Amino acid sequence: MQIHELTLVEATDMLERGELSAAEVINGLYDRIEAVEEKIKAFLEIDRERVLREAGTQVPVAIKDNICTRGWKTTCASRMLANFHPPYDATVVARLRRQGHAVLGKTNMDEFAMGSSTEYSAFYPTRNPWDTERVPGGSSGGSAAAVAAGEALVALGSDTGGSIRLPAAFCGVVGLKPTYGRVSRFGLVAYASSLDQIGPITRTVADCALALNWIAGHDPLDSTSLPEEAPDYRTFLRPDVKGLRVGLPREYFGEGLDSEVRDAVLAAVRQLEAGGAKVEEVSLPHTEYALAAYYLIAPAEASSNLARYDGVRYGLRAEGEDVVQLFSNTRSRGFGPEVKRRIMLGTYALSAGYYDAYYLNALRVRTLIRRDFDRVFEKVDVLACPTSPTVAFRLGEKTDDPMQMYLSDIYTVTVNLAGLPALSVPCALNSEGLPIGLQLIGPPLAEGRLLQVGYAYEEARGPFPRPRI
Amino acid sequence: MEKLSQEQVEHVARLARLALREEEKAIFAEQLGQILAYAAKIRELDLANVEPTAHVLGLTNVTRPDEVRPSLSQEEVLQNGPEVQDGYFRVPRIVEEG
Repeated sequence: MQIHELTLVEATDMLERGELSAAEVINGLYDRIEAVEEKIKAFLEIDRERVLREAGTQVPVAIKDNICTRGWKTTCASRMLANFHPPYDATVVARLRRQGHAVLGKTNMDEFAMGSSTEYSAFYPTRNPWDTERVPGGSSGGSAAAVAAGEALVALGSDTGGSIRLPAAFCGVVGLKPTYGRVSRFGLVAYASSLDQIGPITRTVADCALALNWIAGHDPLDSTSLPEEAPDYRTFLRPDVKGLRVGLPREYFGEGLDSEVRDAVLAAVRQLEAGGAKVEEVSLPHTEYALAAYYLIAPAEASSNLARYDGVRYGLRAEGEDVVQLFSNTRSRGFGPEVKRRIMLGTYALSAGYYDAYYLNALRVRTLIRRDFDRVFEKVDVLACPTSPTVAFRLGEKTDDPMQMYLSDIYTVTVNLAGLPALSVPCALNSEGLPIGLQLIGPPLAEGRLLQVGYAYEEARGPFPRPRI
Repeated sequence: MEKLSQEQVEHVARLARLALREEEKAIFAEQLGQILAYAAKIRELDLANVEPTAHVLGLTNVTRPDEVRPSLSQEEVLQNGPEVQDGYFRVPRIVEEG
């Protein structure tokens, strides 16, 4: 038996029955990391000895490097924080540790979670385990690639505009973006605070339900944390979709969608239909404005959140003759091109004379997008659509054209703007052997329902292949 | 608008406390112009009577009991400081003498 081939549920059950020890799991995963990491580059920091010392009793979790971990650097894949040692654990990490999970390592990402390919990491890009000439998606590309490559059985990512779901789709794994406020953001380095949400990346839907159980729930340290108690998500894992109303949003199947992706997603929907679900076409008429609104709102929030990196309290410092020079030199040296681009964009959208036309109007579009969803969820239980318009693209293909990179998020940003939960489940390989993701979107707090539908689909689909590395 | 002017880029960079190189200014003038041209799409909509949504949750005035609790030690707070002296973060002189 190879540890890295187990599902999270299998490994957890074996640990509980005493058939396996946490140290064996850690060693098994680190053996795998040693074998494949040179090709994949999913991690920014690994340390077998430390993980063994802090082994705990459960499966260790790979953590995206924008989630604070005491004892491990938290760099956000930025030169700005290259030597940042957080003095505290994020709430999700503290919860994991209390439940017996060690931190397995810190995963690579686009700098400050800004990007869709993990190529904007200031350190090195992560490779897609299905084809190392292709990107793993982003920004949680390290987390998704680690799970796909068997270097981790579970990883945490963060999703501001698709950063869990897109890499999950590109890497052929399961990724869940929970309802805004369902998982604590305390200790998640802020990018766009009204959109950011932490969620799990795993190989199966059952694994996802288990990992969500560990991290979901109210946190008094996060004022945007939802007070509702989180259910046991494993109780939703029934392969039953009889009578379930599935909506196909017309706007997610239009121009720009790769035909193989379309066919695979529609075939997956037909499998749900064969299981007794009722499928109907629906409309979310303001979808075409979502990406524009997102790329005003997220940079605006980012420009404010990232004002804290000034070379005074933590992070990089570049000297200057006065404080303003010190701030400007520090920020120019510490931030990479995409982060600067978004800070500039956000600063512009918030500046005098443009605030109303850009930022305030984007917030109004956000209202229209929410209403679109409110209306369709009166008629259907879940929405099914592609996670991404294409499969994983090649490294370097979009790095010089920010607008093309942003278009990768066209089917994912709406969910963040509306604060909804969404699950990406692998549904097929295309003719080149690259994974395609089915995205399921639900109303607020419908994580259980999404997991149920995802589980039913997975049962109908059968086991998903593994990449050969 | 397809391109920002050099002055606009410099103004925004100053607001954002970014010291940009000349070639960065030229690239951003082009790229920000393109992105903003795309974003201007939202002007097609009649938004006059739509309330803005800054936040999706209905939560308001979330408070905690005002009780004294342990916090990070001074040492922990200062441990990441690039330049620290006598329990303070050190920066260049801000207030002029005189």
